[in-house]
Amino acid sequence: MKHTVKLLTLALGTAGLLTAAHAQDKVRIGFTTDMSSLYSDVDGKNGAMAIQMAIDDFGGKVLGKPIELLSADHQNKADIAASKAREWIDTQGLDVMIGGTNSGTALATAKVAEEKKKLYIVNGAGSSALTNAACSPYTVHYAYDTVALAKGTGTAIVKQGGKDWFFLTADYAFGHALETDTANVVKAAGGTVKGAVRAPLNTSDFSSFLLQAQSSGAKILGLANAGGDTIASIKAASEFGITKTMKLAGLLMFVTDVHSLGLKDTQGMYLTDSWYWDKDDASRAFAKKFFGKAKRMPTSIQAANYSATTTYLKAVTAAKTTDSDKVMAQLKSMKIDDFFGKGSIRPDGRYVHDMYLLEVKKPADSKSPWDYMKVAATLKGEDVFTTKAESKCALWK
Amino acid sequence: MNTTSKNILYGLLLLVLLAVPFIGIYPVLVMKLLCFALFASAFNLLLGYTGLLSFGHAAFLGGSAYVAGHALKVWGVPAELGLLLGTLTGAVLGWLVGSLAIRRQGIYFTMITLALAQMLFFFCLQMPFTGGEDGLQGVPRGHLLGFIDLGNDRIMYYVTLLITVAAFLLIMRIVHSPFGQILKAIKENEPRAISLGYDTQRFKLLVFVLSAALSGLAGSLKTLAMGFATLTDVHWSMSGSVVLMTLVGGLGTLSGPLVGATVVIALENKLGEIGHFLAGLTGIDWFNGLGESVTMVIGFIFVVCVLAFRRGIMGEVIALVERWRGKQA
Amino acid sequence: MDFFGIPLSALMGQLLLGLVNGSFYAILSLGLAVIFGLLNVINFAHGALFMLGAVLTWMGLNYLELNFWVMLALAPLLVGLLGVVIERLFLRWIYRLDHLYGLLLTLGLTLMLEGVLRSAYGVSGLPYSAPISGATNLGFMVMPNYRGFVVLASLVVCFATWYVIEKTKLGAYLRAGTENPRLVEAFGINVPLMVTLTYGFGVALAGLAGVLAAPIMQVSPLMGQNLIIIVFAVVVIGGMGSILGTILTGLGLGIVEGLTKVFYPEASSTVVFVIMAIVLLIRPAGLFGKEK
Repeated sequence: MKHTVKLLTLALGTAGLLTAAHAQDKVRIGFTTDMSSLYSDVDGKNGAMAIQMAIDDFGGKVLGKPIELLSADHQNKADIAASKAREWIDTQGLDVMIGGTNSGTALATAKVAEEKKKLYIVNGAGSSALTNAACSPYTVHYAYDTVALAKGTGTAIVKQGGKDWFFLTADYAFGHALETDTANVVKAAGGTVKGAVRAPLNTSDFSSFLLQAQSSGAKILGLANAGGDTIASIKAASEFGITKTMKLAGLLMFVTDVHSLGLKDTQGMYLTDSWYWDKDDASRAFAKKFFGKAKRMPTSIQAANYSATTTYLKAVTAAKTTDSDKVMAQLKSMKIDDFFGKGSIRPDGRYVHDMYLLEVKKPADSKSPWDYMKVAATLKGEDVFTTKAESKCALWK
Repeated sequence: MNTTSKNILYGLLLLVLLAVPFIGIYPVLVMKLLCFALFASAFNLLLGYTGLLSFGHAAFLGGSAYVAGHALKVWGVPAELGLLLGTLTGAVLGWLVGSLAIRRQGIYFTMITLALAQMLFFFCLQMPFTGGEDGLQGVPRGHLLGFIDLGNDRIMYYVTLLITVAAFLLIMRIVHSPFGQILKAIKENEPRAISLGYDTQRFKLLVFVLSAALSGLAGSLKTLAMGFATLTDVHWSMSGSVVLMTLVGGLGTLSGPLVGATVVIALENKLGEIGHFLAGLTGIDWFNGLGESVTMVIGFIFVVCVLAFRRGIMGEVIALVERWRGKQA
Repeated sequence: MDFFGIPLSALMGQLLLGLVNGSFYAILSLGLAVIFGLLNVINFAHGALFMLGAVLTWMGLNYLELNFWVMLALAPLLVGLLGVVIERLFLRWIYRLDHLYGLLLTLGLTLMLEGVLRSAYGVSGLPYSAPISGATNLGFMVMPNYRGFVVLASLVVCFATWYVIEKTKLGAYLRAGTENPRLVEAFGINVPLMVTLTYGFGVALAGLAGVLAAPIMQVSPLMGQNLIIIVFAVVVIGGMGSILGTILTGLGLGIVEGLTKVFYPEASSTVVFVIMAIVLLIRPAGLFGKEK
C-alpha cells in the first residue's frame, strides 16, 4: 500500500499538471505580461481584457473557427515568458503571441517565436532592439519604442526652449538606452547635456539624486526610468521644490502614473505616448467601453492590445490562413486605420504611426476624472521612429 | 523503509521520467523541473544534512548559468565543455563564499552568504556581458560530444535526464557514505564532532563546495536547455525559492527536494490552470483569479508548512510509513 | 571648498538627506532588533507591517477622513494589535525551533499580506500628501519641513525606546526575560504576556515608520520589499541585541548610503552588503553587539 501511496503522490502531482492539450480547430492568441508587480497597472490583466474585447467585437470567430485567448503572468521574468510561449506553441497549437511589458521578456519571447516560426506582436515592451539589432521576420513592434519616445519628447522640448538637460536614469539596459537615445536627440537639436546620475532600479528615495540634478543648473530634468521609479522621482521633485527651477520630462510614462501621482505633482510635465484616450471621438468611444468593464481608463498599451488583435484578425481573414509567414506578409502590406492609429508596418516589423506629445494639465483645468492631459503636438511616425540609415536590421535594407 | 523498497520506488520514478515524451507531458517543462530538482537536492546537502542555511545559493546557480551561457554563445564551446565550465564556476564561487562564511555560525553564517550573493548580483547587474536586465539570450544548444544534436527537444530531454540522474546518484552516494555520516554528526552536535577529532571546518567547506558545484551544474544545464540566463537566476528571491523547495519537500530526505521542486515549479507555471481546475471542481468562482496570486499562494504554503508540515511532504510521508510499519511489528 | 570635486554645500545637503533616510532605517531596525533580541525571531514580516502602517494611513484619510496626525497615533496601534494576533496565532508555536522557521513563517505572512493588498490596490501606488508643507531654505539646499519633522520624530522615538529598555524596570524585566525566561517567570512575571506585547511593540514601531513614510514614498503594497533586506543588514551590522548599536548604525548607514549616492550612485543599494560582509568577518557580533 505504501508503495502505491508514494507513487500516486508523485504521479498525480506531475502528470496532472504537465499534460498537454491538443486541438487544431481553434485560433489561439497567447498573451503574457506582468500581472502582479511593477508594471501591472500599465498592461496587466486589463490588457488581457482588452484583447478579449477585440475578439468579442470581431465576432469571436475568424475563418469559421472560434478564437481562444490564453493569458499568463510572466512576473517580469524572461524565463517564464519564454517557457510559456514555447509551451503554448508546442502543446496548445498557438497561432500568435501578443507581448506585454518588460523588454527582457519581449526579447526572450521574440527568440522563441523566431525559432518556432510563429508571429509575435509586441505592445508593452519598449526596447527598440526588437526591430533593430534583434529584429526577426516574425516580430511586429506595434505600440511604441524607446527611440520614438526619445525623439518625441527630446525634440519637442528642445524646440520649446528646453536646451539644458540633466538625466536621472534607472541603472539598467532600458534606462541607459532611453538616456542615450534622448541625449543624442537633444544634442542634435542644439541642446546640451549637463550631466546624468544613475540610480539603482527600485530606489525608494530619490532626494539625493535630485539634489545633484538641481546643482547642475540644467533647466530640464529627463527621467530615464519607468514605473515606480518615475513616480518616486516626481514625488520627491515636487517635495524638494525642484519643479520651481526645472521642468520634468517623463521619458516613459503612462496615464496610470499620472493617476497615481495626482495632478498637483505632475502638472506641466511632458511625456510622449502612442495614444491617449481623450485625443479624438473614436478613442473616447473605445475608452468609454473599456472604462465600463475595468473602472479605469485604458493606457496606450491596453488600447494597442485591442488594436493589434483586430488588425491581426483582419490580416488572417484577408490572407485566408493562420500561417505565420502569410499573415506577416499580409500585415506588412496592409494599411492600418483605426482608433489607435493610422499607418503601416515596415519590413523590419516596426508599425509606423503617429506619436503624441502630451502635457499634463493643471488641477484647475481638469474637468472630470482621468481628464489629465492635453495633446500638445502630434508627431509624425516617419520623424520619430528609427530611420533606415540608423537601422542595423537585415530585413530592411 | 528499507533500501530495497526505496530503490524500487526510485526505479519506478525513473521509468515514469523515461516515458515522459511518450505520454504527452511537455518535455521542456520537465527539463526545467529536473534542473531545479538538482538545485534543491544540492542545497539540501547543505541544509538538510549538514544543518547550514545558506541564503545566497542563487549566486552559484546564476553565476554558473552566466558563465556557461557566455561560453556556449560567445566562445562557441561544445555543450559538454560549457557544462563543465559552469560546474567549475560553481565550485570556485562556492570555495570563495564558503571559506568566508564558515568562519561564523548560525544566523551570521546565513547573513554572510546573503551579503556575498547580493554583491554577486550587483556584479552581474553591472557587467555588460550578462546583458543586465535583458539577460543573456540566444544561447545555442549545439552538439554534445560532437555528434548528439541537442536542438531536438527529445534528445535534449534525455541528456538532461541522464545528467541529473547521475548527479542525484552522486548525492545519494555522498549521503550514505562515512562522509555523509560526519555531516549528520556536525548537524546534530558540532562540538561533539570536534571532540571526536574531526576537523569540522574542513568538512563544512568541502560540502559547501560540493553543494555549490552541483548547483552550478544545475544552472548550466538550465541555461543549455532553456537558451538563456537572466538576473532572476542570481536574485535573492531565487535563494528563497530553493529554501522553500527544500522545506516543502522535506529537509534531510533525499526525495524531499524532488517533490518540493515539483510543487514550487508547478505553482509558478501552472497556478492559473490549477485555479480554473479548482473553480470547476468546487464551483467557487474565486479560484479563477488564482493565477494572479502566485505570491499569495506561495506565502500561504510557507506558513502552512512551517506550522503543520515542518518535515515537509516527504518527511511526513516517511514518518507516516514508519508509524504504519511500527504498528505492523 | 571642494571634497573630491563635490562642493561643500552639495555634500552637506547629501549628508542631511542621508540623515533623513537613516532615521527611517533606525526606527525600522529598532523594531527588528527588539524582536530579535527578546524573542529570538527573525521577523521577516517587518517590511510588510511597515507597508501596512502606510496603507492604513492612506485608508484613514480616504475612507474615514482622518488626518495624518490622528493616523500617526492610530495606525501604529492597529499594526501593533495585528502583531499581537500574529504572535498568539503563529509565532508561539515556533520559538523552540531553529531561526530558519521563524524567518520562513514571517516571510510567508509577508507574501500573503502583500499579495492581498496588491490585488486590492495595484502597485503603482496611492498618493498621499505631506501634512507639513513648505520648505526651509538652509542656504546649501532647500529642506522640506516635513522631512525635518521626520528626523526629529524618529530621534525622539528611538531615544525613548532605548531609555525604556535600558534604563527602566520594565526594560530590565524584558532583558532578563530573554536571558532566562524560567527564572524570570519564577519571580512571578508573566513572561509569555511580555513576549506578546514586545512583538506588538516591535511591529508598532514598523507601523509608525510606515505612517511617517507615507508622504515621502509612494504608498504601494510593495514598498516594504526593498527596505526589509537593508534593515536586516543594519541590525546585523549594529549587533543583534544591542538597541543603541542598531539606532546608531541605522543613522550611520543612511549617511554612508547618501555619500555613496554622490560618489558612486549605482552602488548605493549594495554598499550596505559590503559593509555587512566586512563587519561579519571582523566583528561577527556586530559593531556594538555582544556575542551570545
